[in-house]
Amino acid sequence: MTESTEKMTGARALIECLYREGVDTIFGYPGGVLLPIYDELYDADVRHVLVRHEQAAVHGAEGYARATGKTGVCIATSGPGATNLVTGIANAYMDSIPMVVFTGQVPSSLLGNDAFQEANITGITMPITKHNYLVQDANDLPQVIKEAFHIASTGRQGPVLIDLPKDVTVQEIDFYYPEKVNLRGYKPTYQGNLQQIKKAASEIEKAKNPVIYAGGGVISSDASKELRELAEKVKAPVTTTLTGMGGFPVEHDLFLGMPGMHGTKYANYAIQESDLLIAVGARFDDRVTGKLKAFASNAKIIHIDIDPAEISKNVKVDIPIVGDAKWILQKLLKYAAPADSEKWLERIAHWKKDNPLYYVQPDNGDGIKPQYIIEQISEACKDAIIVTEVGQHQMWAAQYFRFSEPRTFITSGGLGTMGYGFPASIGAKIARPDKVVFDVAGDGSFQMNSQELATAVQENVPVIVAVFNNGYLGMVRQWQELFHDKRYSSTCIQNSVDFVKLAEAYGALGLRATKRDEVRPAIEEAIASGRPTVIDFVVECEENVSPMVPAGAAINEILDLERKE
Amino acid sequence: MRHTLAVLVENKYGVLSRVAGMFSRRGYNIDSLTVGVTDDPTISRMTIVVMGDDQVLEQVTKQLNKLIDVIRVTDLKSEESVERELALIKVNSDVTNRSEIMQIADIFRARIIDVASKSMVIEVTGDEGKITAIEQLLKPFGIKEMVRTGKVALRRGQKSS
Repeated sequence: MTESTEKMTGARALIECLYREGVDTIFGYPGGVLLPIYDELYDADVRHVLVRHEQAAVHGAEGYARATGKTGVCIATSGPGATNLVTGIANAYMDSIPMVVFTGQVPSSLLGNDAFQEANITGITMPITKHNYLVQDANDLPQVIKEAFHIASTGRQGPVLIDLPKDVTVQEIDFYYPEKVNLRGYKPTYQGNLQQIKKAASEIEKAKNPVIYAGGGVISSDASKELRELAEKVKAPVTTTLTGMGGFPVEHDLFLGMPGMHGTKYANYAIQESDLLIAVGARFDDRVTGKLKAFASNAKIIHIDIDPAEISKNVKVDIPIVGDAKWILQKLLKYAAPADSEKWLERIAHWKKDNPLYYVQPDNGDGIKPQYIIEQISEACKDAIIVTEVGQHQMWAAQYFRFSEPRTFITSGGLGTMGYGFPASIGAKIARPDKVVFDVAGDGSFQMNSQELATAVQENVPVIVAVFNNGYLGMVRQWQELFHDKRYSSTCIQNSVDFVKLAEAYGALGLRATKRDEVRPAIEEAIASGRPTVIDFVVECEENVSPMVPAGAAINEILDLERKE
Repeated sequence: MRHTLAVLVENKYGVLSRVAGMFSRRGYNIDSLTVGVTDDPTISRMTIVVMGDDQVLEQVTKQLNKLIDVIRVTDLKSEESVERELALIKVNSDVTNRSEIMQIADIFRARIIDVASKSMVIEVTGDEGKITAIEQLLKPFGIKEMVRTGKVALRRGQKSS
């Protein structure tokens, strides 16, 4: 890379900046004010994935980011293009995913003028971005882009938006890409305080009932190896949250499954009975803690997190350690001695044996239970990347898939965005063409972005959409069944669409399974086809996600909703 | 409990709205907020008075620090800092009570900065208590309008904030 300056337009400079940041793929949709940028993209050495709705661009970039750890990049035009990104930006912000989002903007001279396709997107996205910029002089553009990638990918990661008025993209500048970023208001802490780490180590040694509670921070800091080593060394069981799934191997003896509302009973029991809870890159979300006052009330709490604002936000912490999970776990490994947890692990083994996750096959013989499909996908393709939509199928995927590596479970955790999974799976597959990528979907969620079948076909991205077709907005229906006397208000969507024909209409492969013995062959056929595929799995329609902690209850008050055999 | 925060921020557009937005979306109420540029023209200083217990203060401070444009946040404890506020008070007055009002102003080392036939404008500087006190004394005459700048504060002595 040359340090010499060169004359070019803002649009050209944008492309140069993308090269220097190592961006190989962007997800986007063109529009009026983006014409100068799209003209540069026409022969740029960057893959542009043309989506069919801007929401898919931002989810696609997020899927790409989560599958690789790199910063995802997307672009949309001013006004409606930009506002269509809002849900995806909020999603990335809630789950702390590194993204740089470019939006076109009306020319500076028209700003604030209610011009055609004008929306104040920096104002709109202020609460859902880590930071955002409105560039008013193309000379600032390289510096802004450099800062944006830096901010997005460091500290607690998150989305950064750059708004580009059209005149800025045509303005001529002397291009120079800065080597360094110096933001005096932004200095994230990576190295945890050693005194605190030693204190934590001595608490671990004293503990009899330790539990490690690991979240998405373990994935973002690439700390799953260290997590495993620490758990094995100190002999502490591990529960991983929805976004932490894949951070610890499911088949490991020390694994407890997911905690919280639809977690395993034994993960919840273990947390409640623990005397030391070691939280790593997790934020004590309400879906995990249930009734806060009753959460892990006998435990001392060690909280390792890169964001100081998460410390003691929801739960009072005894030993906070602010910094990067990987760095801190490495140090903790050095200082920590095994806990006296032998009896504890025996107790947990009993809980596991007495309270396993379970489901029973349907009475009518060959009907399909949704959990069964997840098990079959897991058996057919253990190292697949599983992306999900939001709802019951998402919980079943988290409960029943046998994850073994990080970055193989991609799901909308914090925001719970229906319609997220399919575009995110396209992004993940583009990032990891070597992997089989499934979008585990509900028939409701899939319909929120099914138009992206066109993108998958045109871009030749062979993802497999496994539609768990129960004819309901299942999770809401489940709550209506339990708490509203089975009054299924606006949750029945039966027979509204033929998913096989839908797939075929877009030129994708459509398959259907209505009986249990058709499940595995459909999965195998989809994998073998190498084409974008939709499998319509017609499943038991009133199956519930079990077990469940009712809203407002303590997490040990967890109920079986599945009948016993 | 009330806290006074000194917040050094980048002197850029949009920063006030980022800070104010953080307060509003987290449900924290701002009692007063003043902004002005510092001796370094690239840095502005906000003095924010906020109500809340220690936990609220801790979250506010951390959330402010998360904003990229916020350079430093300091909790100014009243015993360690000097604080002032300026108020302009337009009070009803005519020949019959003008000198009485001027005497009150004198006691508070306030200044009369405008006199009209039916009213006067008084400028007073001081801590919050002093301004509230003069306001109480002027009330019987009838306060037509009043404006307060909100508190500004600096740490005493050597330490900077």
